[in-house]
Amino acid sequence: MQSDRRRLVLSSVGTSVMGAVFNLNHPAHTVDWHFIHLSVANVVVIGLMLVVFALALVLPFPGAAGRDAARRGGGAS
Amino acid sequence: MSAAPATPTAAVAPTTTRSKSWTVKVRERGVEALPPDRLLPDGQPTYVASWIYVFGVASIASLIVIIGSGSILALKGPAWWHETGVGHFFNSIHMWSVELFFFAMVVHLWGKYWMAAWRGGRGRVWITGAVTFLVAVPCALTGYVSQQNFDAQWISTQAKDAMNSVGVGAFFNLTNFGQMYSYHILLLPIAVVALVSIHVLLVRRNGVVPPFELDRKLSRS
Repeated sequence: MQSDRRRLVLSSVGTSVMGAVFNLNHPAHTVDWHFIHLSVANVVVIGLMLVVFALALVLPFPGAAGRDAARRGGGAS
Repeated sequence: MSAAPATPTAAVAPTTTRSKSWTVKVRERGVEALPPDRLLPDGQPTYVASWIYVFGVASIASLIVIIGSGSILALKGPAWWHETGVGHFFNSIHMWSVELFFFAMVVHLWGKYWMAAWRGGRGRVWITGAVTFLVAVPCALTGYVSQQNFDAQWISTQAKDAMNSVGVGAFFNLTNFGQMYSYHILLLPIAVVALVSIHVLLVRRNGVVPPFELDRKLSRS
């Protein structure tokens, strides 16, 4: 009984804290352009995918330079 | 007491009989198509040391978490995943691993599209990857409508209109929980895992697609 009450209090505290950060008590915000109708959440995910894709192309991979040097020096590919 | 013959002649099967066996044929074809050193190689070419090549394996890692967490959810049932703390945890693990799976798979698809990964006889590798993405979409959709909550009701009634409009509503009824749950935990996961397995075996067989400049150098030499 005691633990149930404690869990309820903790749960309501957690909900309040999360609610203060992410207020979901409203219709979803959307991006509209001609026939395109996307929620802001989906636009954020698509944007993140594009950012990660671009970073994957330009960021150096750990150990890649050493392998390239070894290959140019006649090492194993 | 007489001595037994050293080697019974029947024990040594003639090679002509062995070659007719379907198991031998399957084994020989399997080893020919995918020798053990190619199936489980010691290393990868240097050009694979790039971040753009990690999203395929990131998709597989996410899929393993999806299957593991989904199996636990299936064993415990809706009351557990809605009403207990551990159930909420596994429900979240399952949902977020799906998010990661699609995130990694989309970046992987973009990367492979822009490097024309179907080059060098790798058409089937590309096709199996693209079809996996297409099969994974209804796999996720049937999961959203199997949650057993208001979110599932909302999604199923909205998506049902879409299914009816394209003429498949009679076969694929999003408001039928039993049908959706069967699709979600059995039919579509089997299809996704089978396609991913074929995809990985084809990658092993054909090798990872090289960058364009290396391809050009190889064709010149």
